[in-house]
Amino acid sequence: MDVLALSRLQFAFTIAFHYIYPPLSIGLGLLLVCMEAAYLRTRKPLYRQMTKFWVKVFALTFAMGVATGIVMEFEFGTNWATYSRYVGDVFGSALAAEGIFAFFLESGFLALLLFGWDRVGPTLHFFSTVMVALGSMFSAVWIVAANSWMQTPAGFHVVGEGMQARAEITDFWAMVFNPSSMDRLSHVVLGCWQAGAFLVLSVSAYYLLQGRHQAFAKASMKIALCLAMAASVLQLVTGHQSAVTVSRHQPAKLAAFEGHYPSSAPGDLHLFGWVDEAEETVSGPRLPRGLSWLVHGNPRQPVTGLQAFPPADRPPVNATFQCFHAMVAIGLGLIALSVLGVWHWWRGSLWTTRWLLWLFVCAVLGPQLANQLGWLTAELGRQPWIVYGLLRTSEGLSRTVTANMVWASLLMFTCIYVLLFALFIFLLDQKIRQGPDEAEPADLYRRHAQPV
Amino acid sequence: MRSLCDLNTVWFGLVGFLLIGYAILDGFDLGVGGLHLFARGDRERRTMLNAIGPVWDGNEVWLVTSGGALFAAFPEVYATVFSGFYVVFMLLLAGLIFRAVAIEFRSKQPMGWWRRAWDVSFSLSSLLCSLLIGVALGNIAQGIPLDARHEYAGTVLDLLRPYPLLIGVTTVALFLMHGAIYTVMKTEGALRDRARIWVRYTIIGFIICYAITTMATLLYVPHLAEPIRIRPWLFVLPLGALLAIANVPREMFYGRDFQAFLSSCAAIAFLLILLGVGMYPYLVRGSPDPAHSLTVYNAASSPKTLGIMLIIACLGMPLVLTYTVAIYWIFRGKVHMDHLSY
Repeated sequence: MDVLALSRLQFAFTIAFHYIYPPLSIGLGLLLVCMEAAYLRTRKPLYRQMTKFWVKVFALTFAMGVATGIVMEFEFGTNWATYSRYVGDVFGSALAAEGIFAFFLESGFLALLLFGWDRVGPTLHFFSTVMVALGSMFSAVWIVAANSWMQTPAGFHVVGEGMQARAEITDFWAMVFNPSSMDRLSHVVLGCWQAGAFLVLSVSAYYLLQGRHQAFAKASMKIALCLAMAASVLQLVTGHQSAVTVSRHQPAKLAAFEGHYPSSAPGDLHLFGWVDEAEETVSGPRLPRGLSWLVHGNPRQPVTGLQAFPPADRPPVNATFQCFHAMVAIGLGLIALSVLGVWHWWRGSLWTTRWLLWLFVCAVLGPQLANQLGWLTAELGRQPWIVYGLLRTSEGLSRTVTANMVWASLLMFTCIYVLLFALFIFLLDQKIRQGPDEAEPADLYRRHAQPV
Repeated sequence: MRSLCDLNTVWFGLVGFLLIGYAILDGFDLGVGGLHLFARGDRERRTMLNAIGPVWDGNEVWLVTSGGALFAAFPEVYATVFSGFYVVFMLLLAGLIFRAVAIEFRSKQPMGWWRRAWDVSFSLSSLLCSLLIGVALGNIAQGIPLDARHEYAGTVLDLLRPYPLLIGVTTVALFLMHGAIYTVMKTEGALRDRARIWVRYTIIGFIICYAITTMATLLYVPHLAEPIRIRPWLFVLPLGALLAIANVPREMFYGRDFQAFLSSCAAIAFLLILLGVGMYPYLVRGSPDPAHSLTVYNAASSPKTLGIMLIIACLGMPLVLTYTVAIYWIFRGKVHMDHLSY
């Protein structure tokens, strides 16, 4: 493989692995805020137990997110130096803002959240929990804004020519609030909430099936089910919004979502299918003109197809198509599962319907897969551009890095990440087996530290 | 030389400030890591870990933010250095990852082999990170082969010349000293007594490295000493560093551990400011042709971006400093372990 393929593979691999953890932290962070608030209001030992247990899981996912996140900050420079030179003026400020406004906030207050129970009062501790949750959310804001700028660049102009050309900022807020950032941000954050909520649902359902920690599991499940339901349903709205934005600003990407080739004809909506890129056809069940109806609200209005773009400017159609459809299918499945859960909860049969609990145990993978597939859809659909319409991915590489170097680093990351993932699963599994600590002292806060 | 108040110079100072913050803060936890294996028994090692437990993660954010600030303010430097030092930075990443997970995972299992494995991983990765950070800094200070497009034109082996390696070793010695002083400040009893001995040895080690580095700099990297030759009053910087280090044993003698630690922080700040003064206005010195160097002017973002970033820094950094100080204040005093500890 050449440097381009290797660098893309390495970036995709390291970002995909990293992207397992921050969504869990963001989702769990919000749930922790709810749980601790419930404890502070009611002072019920049950909520204390919940907060303590989920903080431990949160700490583990957060540590993994930090360890794998530094890699991302380095890789723009190490593997994509030409890209960095080209966009640093614009893209760099979003990354720096993320460090200053988000990372310091979360890592600083994380110390109080994890180790501050005995050192600060309840209000300050709760404040820290809120700050950690907010910090992780801010981090999503800045990184999604930066990535959205790569999708729909705005607020900049190109200065210089040839090798000296680079993008320079003209309007900071236009860059941050570029046409796709708000739609994509809401879509990403809801995906994060789903990831956190379904993790809590999965562990709680497992306890219910095992007949352990019943009260704890039921209370956790109720909070998480509310969040899962709200996030999953809203996800439909933000997903639709995102697609409409894509159709306006990245027509080639939208056409790839549905394998829509004719340069100007109403588009069909596929349930699933397979794209023959040579023949430019899609096989599979379809809703005729469904795509036109969804993006334009009018089934007769044409949708720009891939034939409007020279082959060199088209994304990998079938891969984008498959990722997109798998994401949508999983998203719809999660809505159905949440509705079923809420319905059984209302009927009072949620705690005893074993097949449904088993579904919830497995459903933890749903948001994870959907998040990864959604990310792949967004990034594959942007190809062959690294900054849409401005700079090609092949032009963004580091000129001094050779294929052998990337082979070596890719191998290194693969070994480290396989080891890390195994350890993460091992420790998570152990925490879940241990379960919440049911014999804890009466109050969460202000206990004197005892030497162990 | 243009006015010292232009935005480019301000950003040179701000990136320097972030790097000094990183060296002072992560410096002591890297040093604690390097000394970790010298602590005896599980209890002492846990004490060492928990001495940095609540803060190491926040300290590392200074590195991440320095990287972000460099990317935004001087994208050419970020691109040239990160791609040119590919192998060094990939090893640094491996070290940082292993360090993070070693701290997090070590005490989560009771097995002896598990804890020993993570102890070794924590210690070696801390030493490796310190060394690599020093080597990278040493290369930038000495100058690296650059072509007309500002791309790194050397090989991997060019990064391992004697001077950068010397800076790497000096950095390790500096962080070990800093970490030893921090350990004295945060611990009690037998471990503290032993850490006081570490302080003695590491100070001697660092002073030897510092002397050799100074000679090597004057002989082989004279451009770093040039600004001091022009403005002799800048001698306060190396002198200040030396006095700050000499002050450490004095404070230790009187049992003022916190003052000793502050003294060590001041020494680090003096040394990095000295380096910054020696470098300015260069960010990366190009060899063999100095015309290819990256300076605060030819490597910078547009004035508009530097201005926006300055607003962001002015809004964000006071907040960051406030709650960093608050958190260190809340976790002040000796380490006490409880069920939440590592």
